[in-house]
Amino acid sequence: MTLSTLETVSPASPALDVERIRADFPILHQEVNGHRLVYLDNAASTQKPAAVIEAIDRFYRRDNANVHRGIHELSHRATEAYEQARGKVARLLGIEDEGELVWTKGTTEGLNLIAYTWGQANLRAGDEILLSVLDHHSNLVPWQLLAQRTGARLRFLDIDEQGRLDLSALDDLLTERTRLVSINHISNALGTINPVSEIAARAHAVGAVMVVDGAQSAPHLPVDVPSLGCDFYAFSGHKMCGPTGIGGLWGRRELLEAMPPFHGGGDMIDLVELERSTYAPLPLKFEAGTPHIAGAIGLGAAADYLASVGRDAILAHERHLMAYAMERLGEIPELTIHGPRDPAERSGVVSFTLADVHPHDLATILDGYGIAIRAGHHCCQPLMRRLCLPATARASFYLYSGTDDVDRLADALHKAREMFGY
Amino acid sequence: MSLPLDAVYQEVILKHYRSAARRGDMDAPDAVVTMRNPTCGDDIVLQLKMSGERIEDVRFKGQGCAISQASASMMSNLIAGKTFAEAEPLLARFREMIHGDAEAARDKTLGELRALSGVSRLPRRVKCAMLPWDALEEARKQVDAAE
Repeated sequence: MTLSTLETVSPASPALDVERIRADFPILHQEVNGHRLVYLDNAASTQKPAAVIEAIDRFYRRDNANVHRGIHELSHRATEAYEQARGKVARLLGIEDEGELVWTKGTTEGLNLIAYTWGQANLRAGDEILLSVLDHHSNLVPWQLLAQRTGARLRFLDIDEQGRLDLSALDDLLTERTRLVSINHISNALGTINPVSEIAARAHAVGAVMVVDGAQSAPHLPVDVPSLGCDFYAFSGHKMCGPTGIGGLWGRRELLEAMPPFHGGGDMIDLVELERSTYAPLPLKFEAGTPHIAGAIGLGAAADYLASVGRDAILAHERHLMAYAMERLGEIPELTIHGPRDPAERSGVVSFTLADVHPHDLATILDGYGIAIRAGHHCCQPLMRRLCLPATARASFYLYSGTDDVDRLADALHKAREMFGY
Repeated sequence: MSLPLDAVYQEVILKHYRSAARRGDMDAPDAVVTMRNPTCGDDIVLQLKMSGERIEDVRFKGQGCAISQASASMMSNLIAGKTFAEAEPLLARFREMIHGDAEAARDKTLGELRALSGVSRLPRRVKCAMLPWDALEEARKQVDAAE
């Protein structure tokens, strides 16, 4: 999805009934430090609706067995549920060929999988990998390790003063030596939505493979993965109402077919002899060992849940919330919002600093009012250095966030100001 | 239960955060320790100048929250002029206080550092308060190794 296609989302999309949605999330119905919990750390991990919790509970109570190899009834049920979940997640993300959707532990494992398989097989000394200063550690370190192993060179797209990728440098950075480009779709630290389709087209023009870190876009945008124009797309389940420890990697079939396996072991094989083996067809070739069956089933339930709410409606809701948050937070003296100023250019993440109050102190004070935010470098230390900031405070929204949460955040930030003598 | 916000963010803490004592560099230090908290990105560089057994001067720099900076500032004031033998019981006492020992929180030998006793009720921030003290322990190892 590009910025231009994002603009086609109708502003008339039905607003979400936040109270009704909150009723689906048991964890939200509690007090923290004497206040109703306001959970604004969704870029780190989202909460789980009862439907997901119950799907996992039901699996362990009724269907638990290993998948793909048992003859008995429970194994059949477990396999059915596990593969049905793959189909649900694939449909949510517009993936028609379920063989192209590999279960992973999450985005990090997906990116490492590409680095260790495609990267190891295709990169040589002198080749170049293009990343950006906006990327998460999980989209930097695997490529650093790959570069160390192969002698490839890392190059980086910079950002402008609003934290948007500086595409004017793209033509200079993309050369015939560029073999791989890997960029996050949405910055977890600033919320910037990156034009990955445009970058993919330009990467392909020089013969490079395009990887998209979709950790923050799969939960928030109505992404149709194959139409992004990329070659690989990695995402995490726990950031989209699913359990931790499960996620997915989508890849173009011809690339996945040509890649060597990642981990070797049971379930990923066809025929094993003592000294050689052949491998299972996609996607099992990349799923060695007993998988996170309950996790996949839980993520399948999360996909059903998000589909039932409506992806466009979620995006429209977050857009509305972001505009409201920027307005309310903009009223607070000494508060600086980092990242794009236009709410339409960012996802539901607002990163800010408040005068000389360290973000960790802000997070502690907000926690005292029952408000959960993130503070720190957000696993983006190079970005923080680039912005000359030690850290930021970050509030991130999801479908159960409401304008009342934003009001609570703004009120508590006023109190933090007073506490620090402003 | 509510967090002891007012107890933690007292005026004396904010005073040290804003105008830390002994922030800066020194010439020819006898020990230089850089400590980082990788989970939150805070860091401290602690420098000591020794005069025989005695810590003649202390300087620190780095980035961090009010708790870590106030702890570093107050610690630097407290240990300057003392020997490591005199500083170690203070470190032990501070550690006890920051982990919730009520008696340690009343120990006047800790001076202004007692203002940080409320941090014991913020378990996630204990490491912030301990960062400069952990650096002090490393500094002692450096000094001992150089002898």
